[in-house]
Amino acid sequence: MNTSGFVQEKDKREGWNRPPHIEPDGEGELLEVAMGPHHPSTHGVFRMDVALDGERVIRLKPVFGYLHRNHEKIAEGIGYLGSMPFTDRLDYMCPLTNNWAYALAVEKLTGQQVPERAEYLRVIVGELTRVVNHASSIGFLIQEMGASGTPLMYAFKAREKILDLFEELTGARMMCNYMRFGGCRVDATAEWLAATRKVVAGLPKFADEYERLLRGNEILMARTQGIGILRPELAVNAGVTGPMLRASGINYDIRRVDGYSIYNRFKFRVPLGEHWDVYDRFMIRLLEMRESFGILEQALKEIPTGPVMDPKAKIRGFRPKPGEAYGRIEAPKGELGFYLISDGGPNPYRYRVRPPSLVNLTVLEDMCLGSNVADVVLIFGSVDIVLGEVDR
Amino acid sequence: MKTVEEIKAAIETAIPGAGVVIVPNPSVSGQHSLRITPAHAVAVATFLRDDAELSLDFLSNATGVDWPDKEVSEKVKITRTVTKTVDGQEQQVEETVEETQKRVVPGCLETVCHLFSVSKGHGPVVIRMKTANRTDQVELPSLTPIWRSAEFQEREIFDLFGIVFTGHPDLRRLLMWDEFKDHPMRRDYVEPDDFEYEPTAHDEVLTRAQEHQAKLAGMAAGQEGAGA
Amino acid sequence: MAVDDGLKIELGKQGVFVTTIEELYNWGRKNSIWPMQFGLACCAIEMIATTMARYDMARFGAEVFRPSPRQADLMIISGTVTKKMAPQVVRLYNQMAEPKYVIAMGACAISGGPFKQGYNVLKGIDRYIPVDVHIPGCPPRPEALLHAFMTLQKKIDEQPLTGEGRPRHLDAEAQSEFPVPVQGEHDLEPASNKGVWTVPVVIR
Repeated sequence: MNTSGFVQEKDKREGWNRPPHIEPDGEGELLEVAMGPHHPSTHGVFRMDVALDGERVIRLKPVFGYLHRNHEKIAEGIGYLGSMPFTDRLDYMCPLTNNWAYALAVEKLTGQQVPERAEYLRVIVGELTRVVNHASSIGFLIQEMGASGTPLMYAFKAREKILDLFEELTGARMMCNYMRFGGCRVDATAEWLAATRKVVAGLPKFADEYERLLRGNEILMARTQGIGILRPELAVNAGVTGPMLRASGINYDIRRVDGYSIYNRFKFRVPLGEHWDVYDRFMIRLLEMRESFGILEQALKEIPTGPVMDPKAKIRGFRPKPGEAYGRIEAPKGELGFYLISDGGPNPYRYRVRPPSLVNLTVLEDMCLGSNVADVVLIFGSVDIVLGEVDR
Repeated sequence: MKTVEEIKAAIETAIPGAGVVIVPNPSVSGQHSLRITPAHAVAVATFLRDDAELSLDFLSNATGVDWPDKEVSEKVKITRTVTKTVDGQEQQVEETVEETQKRVVPGCLETVCHLFSVSKGHGPVVIRMKTANRTDQVELPSLTPIWRSAEFQEREIFDLFGIVFTGHPDLRRLLMWDEFKDHPMRRDYVEPDDFEYEPTAHDEVLTRAQEHQAKLAGMAAGQEGAGA
Repeated sequence: MAVDDGLKIELGKQGVFVTTIEELYNWGRKNSIWPMQFGLACCAIEMIATTMARYDMARFGAEVFRPSPRQADLMIISGTVTKKMAPQVVRLYNQMAEPKYVIAMGACAISGGPFKQGYNVLKGIDRYIPVDVHIPGCPPRPEALLHAFMTLQKKIDEQPLTGEGRPRHLDAEAQSEFPVPVQGEHDLEPASNKGVWTVPVVIR
């Protein structure tokens, strides 16, 4: 598979993937500040211990665990299906894609087949979630730049329409708990599909308005271009996935690479970045939102009739045979994977969530060293993390 | 992509004596793993990353598993010489008796890593490493110098399971606070007891909540007795 | 001397406005509560949605979310409080100036919620600080948060200025700062603040 423009640097130097060492150029001591855990612009309870030389960052160490709710330990006692509502609360901006990743992992473990209509429904709600996530993420990033609240209001306006759809389909605005092993929980009615088509038809206008307000904005361009550069080879070595990886020019989208579910049937492009900075990440998210509109239109046109649950699926007494499986999807934030070890009992022996946000944070230090404190906030916003996933 | 057997052969050609063992995966997913020894882990990992055909440059997931000590009771045939009376005469006869013996198989902690290739687009290749036991010999070599994405994930394994990674640049606790003493994801971890109030308790939580209520009632009665 | 409502309305028609100092004081307080920007987890997203265009919290006077605890009146604990975060929550509460109120939003803040079996989850923030309004839900809808807000406004409205039940900032002996728990080796020490939270007795 060709990854355009990327050459792996087989650099044998000791520590080529370690953060660079910055020399303070002033005199006197470094000022050590703890940004967080209660901070207006950290997306949740997250702390960064920064050592500053004037305004420049010399050292940065992230500290998390403030939202560690031991999801993995609970899953060992609550059964396979019992973990499904808990996966909603992992990345709480996109609950449906979390459900999907977990259902995919269990289906890999047991070899269950998912009927066609269920796959289409999964793609539709998954791409709607992607739109919600990317719009909100851009809104939060711009809010941290000082535009206090207005872009976020536009994003949440679109989000409320999509949440109405989710509520009608699944019963809940946010914690949907919609996927099951072998399909989806309930079927969508024709009215719901008609309402979704109407909402999706209005989404390109929302994206146009959003883009027109932000794209050529001088403040945005001055503050985000050239900031937070992430080299491609470091991005790959550090396990970065999602829009951050594609903004560094690497063509790796799990929907294309793995071809899970029915993504092979849809035509969509994968935008890549050229300058590897915060502005690229912001634009990638806008462009991916537009590609999602295309996938949604195709899926809504082609959705067949049929059952939404595998008829052979066992809901009660679900005991998969011993073995293990690792299933992953392209969540809006990156690669969300679930690793399950089954010992034949009703509870998983080991249940592991591979969080995209935690692994994407590995390179936060590299990107922030040498820049100003105000840029740290923007770089951190462009990584787009959510603490429920980092800490689980 | 190569199969597990081909990868094992490639590793052993490149690094003789590496001691790679295939761990089959009985489930439908077909993701078999390779167990590597801690002594050769860094060499094997560097080979996996830099080989032209495999090119596994992306460590996706690194996690720990706890396999506790198991008590195994097995039936063992023991041959013993016993004095028995046969036809009125005492003779030394060999007897084979089946006895059940119990022994403890020591547990271990294990690290599992999932590797993918971004440049080639294949994966996953699963590698595993085991520690010698769960109590004192819990060191494993760190894979952070080879794949940077292991940095935070190995810190989390250290925090929750207790595996000490030698060669890690900054091994501290990640999710729990620094003064915390236990390793919570182990199977024998006992949670602190703050279940005093449980409106809809059942099973073991109900027994714990009832003990708490009994203690409270006892304390209240004691205070009344002291006050009266 | 209390004035009955019929007389008030009659006087109002004539352009004379009769009220008590208590009513006026509380009216001013309840319509300008400034919450602190304090979102912990998933409930925070619903809290943000409540301040957005559809369920507008600005019409209740709570538009200005202050990041600094010194300038805030209300702390909406939205999300799970973990034992690692609990000392900081209590510290922030201590830093708020009187009069201050707490809304425990969501099941996790009330009692630990779905994550109650957690070695790191604090089973309810009311173990360490006094809570005024509890909202159940996981997450509670924005309308539920608005209802809680109105309940808090009603509670403020009913507080007399003298005597029993007066708010803490008019009471010299009331405790307004609470001890911060310390992170020990296995758990927080102390596990709960006995002065604030007593174990409820379950009657079956």
